[in-house]
Amino acid sequence: MLNFTIRRLLLAIPTLLFISLVIFLLLEASPGDPLADVPLTVPPEVKEKMREALGLGQAWYIRYVLWLKQFFWVEPVYWFDQAFGTDFSAGAQRIISFQSRSPVFDIIAQRLPQTLVVVGMSYVVGVMIAIPIGIVSAYKQYSWFDQLGTFVSMVGFSMPTFFTGVVLIIVFGVKLQWFPSVYDTTLVVRDWNSFLAQVRQMVMPVTVLALYNAAQISRFMRASMLDNLGQDYVRTARAKGLGERKVVLKHVLRNSLIPVVTVIALGLPAVFGGAIITEQVFKVNGLGQLLITAINGNDIPMVLTLTFIFAILIVMFTLIADILYGVLDPRIRYD
Amino acid sequence: MTETERQRHLDTAELVDESAGNAAVTADLPPDDPVRAGGETRSQWRDVWRQFRSHRGAMVALVLFVLVLLFVSIGPWLWTIDPTYVDIRARNSGFVAAHPLGTDQLGRDMLARLMAGGRVSIAVGMTAMLIAIFLGSMIGVMSGYFRRLDAPLMRITELFLALPLLPLLLLMVTLFREPLSQNFGPATGIFILIVSAIGATSWMQSARIVRGDVLGLKEREFILAAKSIGTPPRRMILRHILPNVLSPIMVAATLGIATAIITESALSFLGLGFPPDFPTWGRLLYDAVDQMVLYPSRVILPGIFISLTVLCVNYIGDGLRDAMDPRIRGR
Repeated sequence: MLNFTIRRLLLAIPTLLFISLVIFLLLEASPGDPLADVPLTVPPEVKEKMREALGLGQAWYIRYVLWLKQFFWVEPVYWFDQAFGTDFSAGAQRIISFQSRSPVFDIIAQRLPQTLVVVGMSYVVGVMIAIPIGIVSAYKQYSWFDQLGTFVSMVGFSMPTFFTGVVLIIVFGVKLQWFPSVYDTTLVVRDWNSFLAQVRQMVMPVTVLALYNAAQISRFMRASMLDNLGQDYVRTARAKGLGERKVVLKHVLRNSLIPVVTVIALGLPAVFGGAIITEQVFKVNGLGQLLITAINGNDIPMVLTLTFIFAILIVMFTLIADILYGVLDPRIRYD
Repeated sequence: MTETERQRHLDTAELVDESAGNAAVTADLPPDDPVRAGGETRSQWRDVWRQFRSHRGAMVALVLFVLVLLFVSIGPWLWTIDPTYVDIRARNSGFVAAHPLGTDQLGRDMLARLMAGGRVSIAVGMTAMLIAIFLGSMIGVMSGYFRRLDAPLMRITELFLALPLLPLLLLMVTLFREPLSQNFGPATGIFILIVSAIGATSWMQSARIVRGDVLGLKEREFILAAKSIGTPPRRMILRHILPNVLSPIMVAATLGIATAIITESALSFLGLGFPPDFPTWGRLLYDAVDQMVLYPSRVILPGIFISLTVLCVNYIGDGLRDAMDPRIRGR
């Protein structure tokens, strides 16, 4: 298992390098100019100076290697300094955003909590809804509950999140006025009232994402339960006189959770991607919104870093899913 | 009993065994000669259709999907108002006889715009799906059939699976919309861009499924037989491999339409899709969000069309999957 993990980690390095190169070259090929908004009255030689100040003067491979160095060396060293009060990174250039001229990672650190709170919460809620639904609809296959669950989950992942979000805003934000339709990120939770306000503004974005996730996960849960319910060991467990509750919740559930856990791990990075849209609908200023403003503003370092972070998340969670599968299912051996 | 007779007998027994599969022992065995059972000819596709019809959800979905297709294809012939015609005096009208679904803030007829938008959305979905399926099945068959290509092609597939797709799509669309619209005109340029971007980023699942099936198929006797009479690889793939992996490809294709439609409307919703005077369902929804408090119907109508189409396509895919699965079929 350890061997497998190390081999996969080593394999992840060229994969990630290649992905970063693809993203970098894609940005390089773009006709967009980060200086497009500079007024025409600025003389060309000044513009050239500005271009150099942004680090755009050199050949692309030099800038690519420079960015790699900043991402993998300068930034970690900087955090190390922050944590232990050393100054190894003195004088080293961090990755700077074109738009705000401040370090990219500082902006990401500002935005991360919003995304994590909303996305993380919705994923937890989604899983909590999905697993019981999956269990019941598999146990009572073709019952009205199963039929309804199948239909609802089909509808759930057929409705795009921007549509469910907008409908929720119209119904609960505008007509009923229960929840605020815009997410207020300046809100600080200090006392009970501000906590309530925070909960109220989180309800709608979390519901939208949770519904979407629950729809998919409950399908997997149902299929996996159905696979296991027909197995011989279930018959054995019943034959030796175990109670129905124990058979289903202990024997079948634990075995059916194995593939579902990996699906949950695999789906996590995709949720960050899906959150781009939900954040746009509810005006949450998280990572997704940051990415979109950066793309619109030709902010190359920001786009590159953010997209690469998404790629790292995907590679990491794929690895985690594979390892989890091996840990949970002793029949699977990777050696 | 001569040798050939005995062989035929054995074959029939084997066939019976196979088609009985893991059905209960007490169940009626299928007739010994399944091809001429009941006097009518049975083909694989007729069986698939028969099984498909018994999936009630899929049948309803198929009917609805055909209705949506008729709505967007024949609709503009019956409802001849130009979707881009600006009638500023009739702007923001409700549901009246002249405009059954109202008008938008410039007085453009919503019914006509929904029809035109649906045409584009469904065309994008179908074309992107065709590209993705073509790429996916080609790469899947190649890597399953030629052992030498297997490792590199699967590496590429894994690389693509590790790409953050939505950010990359956003990036591609923003970066290349200008040059393409200059070369092909705004509408065609964006169409080519979106379709190829979606197609190029969604072939991986089908490639993996097809590869798995081809790997299993390669071990079968009829492939060995075909190989031993000297069939060249090209004919081998086209005549023997492809028809046998058609069913997973078709299921993946149906589900691919749904994802492509959703992705296109998501791009439009983020303001990165088609130009404003060129309606798609996603674009209509996006345009109406600003005024959703006053005119919620304009948001809800295109949203319902997107969801309905995607729901239908998903149900059809579900039904197809059941119908194509020989373990379920005939039960």
